[in-house]
Amino acid sequence: MNTFHHIRTLLKKDILLELRQQYTFYGVLLYVSSSIFLLYLAVEQPESHVWNGLFWMIQLFICVNAVAKSFLQETHGRMLYFYAIAGAQQFIIAKLVYNTLIMLLMSLISLLLFRLLLGNPLVNFWQFTGIVCIGSASLSFVFTMLAAIASKAQQQASLMAIMGFPVIIPQLLLLMRISKAGMGEAFQTGALSDMIWLLCGLDALVIIMAVILFPFLWKD
Amino acid sequence: MKKSWWKALCIVMLLYTIIGGLLINVPRKAILNESIRNIYFHVPLWFGMMALCGASVFHSIRFLRKPDLVSDIKATSYASTGIVFGILGIITGAVWANYTWGKAWSNDIKQIGAAIALLIYAAYFVLRNSIPDIDKRARVGAVYNIFAFVMLLPALWIIPRMMESLHPGGMGNPGADPRDMDARMRMIFWPAAVPGFILLGVWISTVITRLRKIEDKNLLHA
Repeated sequence: MNTFHHIRTLLKKDILLELRQQYTFYGVLLYVSSSIFLLYLAVEQPESHVWNGLFWMIQLFICVNAVAKSFLQETHGRMLYFYAIAGAQQFIIAKLVYNTLIMLLMSLISLLLFRLLLGNPLVNFWQFTGIVCIGSASLSFVFTMLAAIASKAQQQASLMAIMGFPVIIPQLLLLMRISKAGMGEAFQTGALSDMIWLLCGLDALVIIMAVILFPFLWKD
Repeated sequence: MKKSWWKALCIVMLLYTIIGGLLINVPRKAILNESIRNIYFHVPLWFGMMALCGASVFHSIRFLRKPDLVSDIKATSYASTGIVFGILGIITGAVWANYTWGKAWSNDIKQIGAAIALLIYAAYFVLRNSIPDIDKRARVGAVYNIFAFVMLLPALWIIPRMMESLHPGGMGNPGADPRDMDARMRMIFWPAAVPGFILLGVWISTVITRLRKIEDKNLLHA
């Protein structure tokens, strides 16, 4: 009971902060829209496999930007304060949930913008939307953990990309493969659900690793 | 001298692998022909890399349980030897692929897995170098080492079984397919080549560990 209470409070604090200092939120939003607009200028309306590749690459960069700041904004003193009032596990779970919410919102906005500007190769829009939700959750889980690691080092932003890109490749490959279902490609029976279960399993693995390993990063 | 029996064993195994591997008859298979002998070198290098990276993670876990800089030194030595084995694995694979598949790199899922593994361990060393404080570097490095290794496992052990691949043993065991080797080849591969290369990796790692212990003598005894 106490754990859930702590997580809820930490989550509420993050959301309240976001609502009060809106410049960071609008900053990421502007990043999303300007990069997609730039893509539109560069490629206009590409074929479906190019569309798919570009979409997930943009998700990757949005995720690095949106998630990175969640640990950068916590100053040393404030971390000490959290250390005093809550446990490491509660803190990382609250961050995971919060980053997933932000990333979901950004992914859905970028999906709409992609559809608006870069054409619509999607045969099954709602299925693709579901895949985007799973995908943005996977991305945000992995990068939350990496942001926690990077926040202990110098040059955090570039380090996150260096550490994160190799780790995220398997998930991204799976996502690009799965999302072809939303573009009307036929799969062998069972292959699609197998891949989705594998992706969910990977997400579970990331959460478990984050909960186990974060306490070691936390104490300074 | 008593302690180094395994080093002698390693030398004997590798000599047997090299001499036997190059001289003993192999089955004639289409496309592969004599290049099948590369299986004694290419595949054991990957076994070696997995074993060395596993040893590195083992020492990282030990460091987190009981902070001791010696564990950290061992973790980095095993990781760096693992990287060397991985690079050699990629090179031997690329040479082999060039003659059997027509090009050195064909975006095969297992080639991608190998590239991911190398990138992850390169990132591990970049991360370590970006943290000046020694204890913090060891702790953060250990956390990333464990996290990345766990994320690497599905990329190397699960996903290759689900996707089409040029490598043999797809839709089955991605490491080694027993149907590809006859009895003569197995007598070299399992008892000599695989353990021989793993022992060589461990040997190199222990030498690096001893060197690092001398270099960091002041830190370790402070």
